[in-house]
Amino acid sequence: MTPLALYTAAGVGLFAVGLWGVVARGHLFWKVLGINVMGGGIFLILLAAPPRLDPAQADPVPQAMVLTGIVVAVAATAVALGMALRVAARTGLPFLEEDAGDPGSGGGADERGRE
Amino acid sequence: MILDPVHWTTLAVMGPLLAGLLAMEGRPRAIRLGLVLGMGASVSATAGLWTTVVREGPLRHPLGGWGMPLGIELYADGLSVLMLAMTALVGSAVSLYATAYFGDISQRRVRDSPAGRGARFFAPLWLLLWGSLNGIYLSGDIFNLYVLLEIMGLSAAAMVTLAVTSKATVAGMRYLVISLVGSMFFLLGVALLYTVGGTLSLERLAQLELSGPLPAVALALMTVGMAAKTALFPIHGWLPPAHAAAPAPASAILSALVVKGSFYIMLRLWVHVFGGGAREGLLVLGILGATAVIWGSIMALRQLSLKRLIAYSTVAQLGYLFVMFPLLFPAGGGWSPDAWSGGLYHALSHAVAKAAMFLAAGSMTYAVARDDIRAISGIAHRLPMTFLAFGLGGLSLAGIPPSGGFVAKWLLLRSAVEQGGWGWAVLITVGGLLTLAYVLMVLRYAVDQTEEPPEFRDVPRRMEWAAMGLAIAALLLGIRATETLSLLEAGGIVPWR
Repeated sequence: MTPLALYTAAGVGLFAVGLWGVVARGHLFWKVLGINVMGGGIFLILLAAPPRLDPAQADPVPQAMVLTGIVVAVAATAVALGMALRVAARTGLPFLEEDAGDPGSGGGADERGRE
Repeated sequence: MILDPVHWTTLAVMGPLLAGLLAMEGRPRAIRLGLVLGMGASVSATAGLWTTVVREGPLRHPLGGWGMPLGIELYADGLSVLMLAMTALVGSAVSLYATAYFGDISQRRVRDSPAGRGARFFAPLWLLLWGSLNGIYLSGDIFNLYVLLEIMGLSAAAMVTLAVTSKATVAGMRYLVISLVGSMFFLLGVALLYTVGGTLSLERLAQLELSGPLPAVALALMTVGMAAKTALFPIHGWLPPAHAAAPAPASAILSALVVKGSFYIMLRLWVHVFGGGAREGLLVLGILGATAVIWGSIMALRQLSLKRLIAYSTVAQLGYLFVMFPLLFPAGGGWSPDAWSGGLYHALSHAVAKAAMFLAAGSMTYAVARDDIRAISGIAHRLPMTFLAFGLGGLSLAGIPPSGGFVAKWLLLRSAVEQGGWGWAVLITVGGLLTLAYVLMVLRYAVDQTEEPPEFRDVPRRMEWAAMGLAIAALLLGIRATETLSLLEAGGIVPWR
């Protein structure tokens, strides 16, 4: 097994585990964590990308992508956790309660005038 | 040289982003200045790029000297400019509307109230979103697309939660999770494409004519990610609650513009990079789109919340954008220019009409402080201009001549009939009739004075005019279709492969 195949397989495995976490776990913290694990899997694949120009030298482009990806992931995680806290504060539970969605609920009323 | 037209591309991306940072400062003057600067940058850059692309064809701007073969560059062709123009037109109208909708931000009382969060944070979030949308339409490489997608997703989800209700918070959170997972699918596709092709450039990837299992898997992953963000059936469940719960200007932006960003990426990948991909894949997209047209329309007919009805209508109308995929590449090979112009014209006229409808609906719910179509009974007599704006937007969606929606549906229909795709033709017609049904349902409630008139709040003139301006634009799109569509031909389909 070539290192590339090994890393790619491991990366896809991590991606799948993370996705499973997002789908199967109800708690918002687990969902956010799952998304981060998915990202980790992708970074692994990128770092194993074959050298582009010089076989003796690692390709710097994927490394730059991973660094940028980490920055994006940190920002996204911060926003997501902040919003999860807001959900917990507003509804009392850190879960995505099922949207009732019945026609009569008048869902999403614009309650601006009453707050 | 500062006057080189390539700098319009930089202005279109950096202008709104920097204006957004300025507006983040929070004082009323900074917020107003940010909106004016962001709007000015977007509109002038779009105008500059429009004239340049029509005159000289596609434009490339290698950022920081990282051009080919790596291919980190900004790229503008007819398709990019059409999407930029759509964003500039709708964005400007919504910005004007928002300055009235959120109240007078120079009053401390308004800013410090819980609902005043909207007044403080709408402008910065919207400007960041605007910059990311412009960036998506101008990006020539797949990694920048990923970064811009994340900026778009984060600011869009945050905009939902500007409404201070637990419903909005939960809907915004669900949207954020879906959006982040969608981005991860896209990024995995980027990683796979880079390991295969060794480049990030869309154009270079197209020239490599990638084939084999790995590029196919990459395309499938990216498609799933973008379909989730575009709310393609059956991953559409997050859209109605999120778009309905957001404050009205945010709803208009999300329904009219944000979903088009991810749709555009999908279109670029399938048409330009993969040259149609596989016939089976195109058919799957088309069938899911067709299901969305029917399902979304039926759900819209069953809603009693006005904004939720319009949100389900978005699910239905987005379906047409996917029906376009199999029509683009007829079964016998070749390419259908009618499907291309029709599909893109649908994207454009849907954006304008849907924004007009959401803004008008926002004015109605603002007036009666309830989001229920029974509560707006007789509102046509109180707010005639808003009623007219909603009606014109709705009739354009339904494809009534001479609106923009009519031109779009006509072109799609002609493409379907020419290829003998009678199933598609029937679907396009039935979808239009269903649209007419739910629009007329709302209009009837608005005209009939069945209930006692509820408590009524005066609506600022600027809100009424912003919606009306978009409704008139939706109408003009039908009358001036040839001029607009010539843009697509000018720098339109670049044979990259």
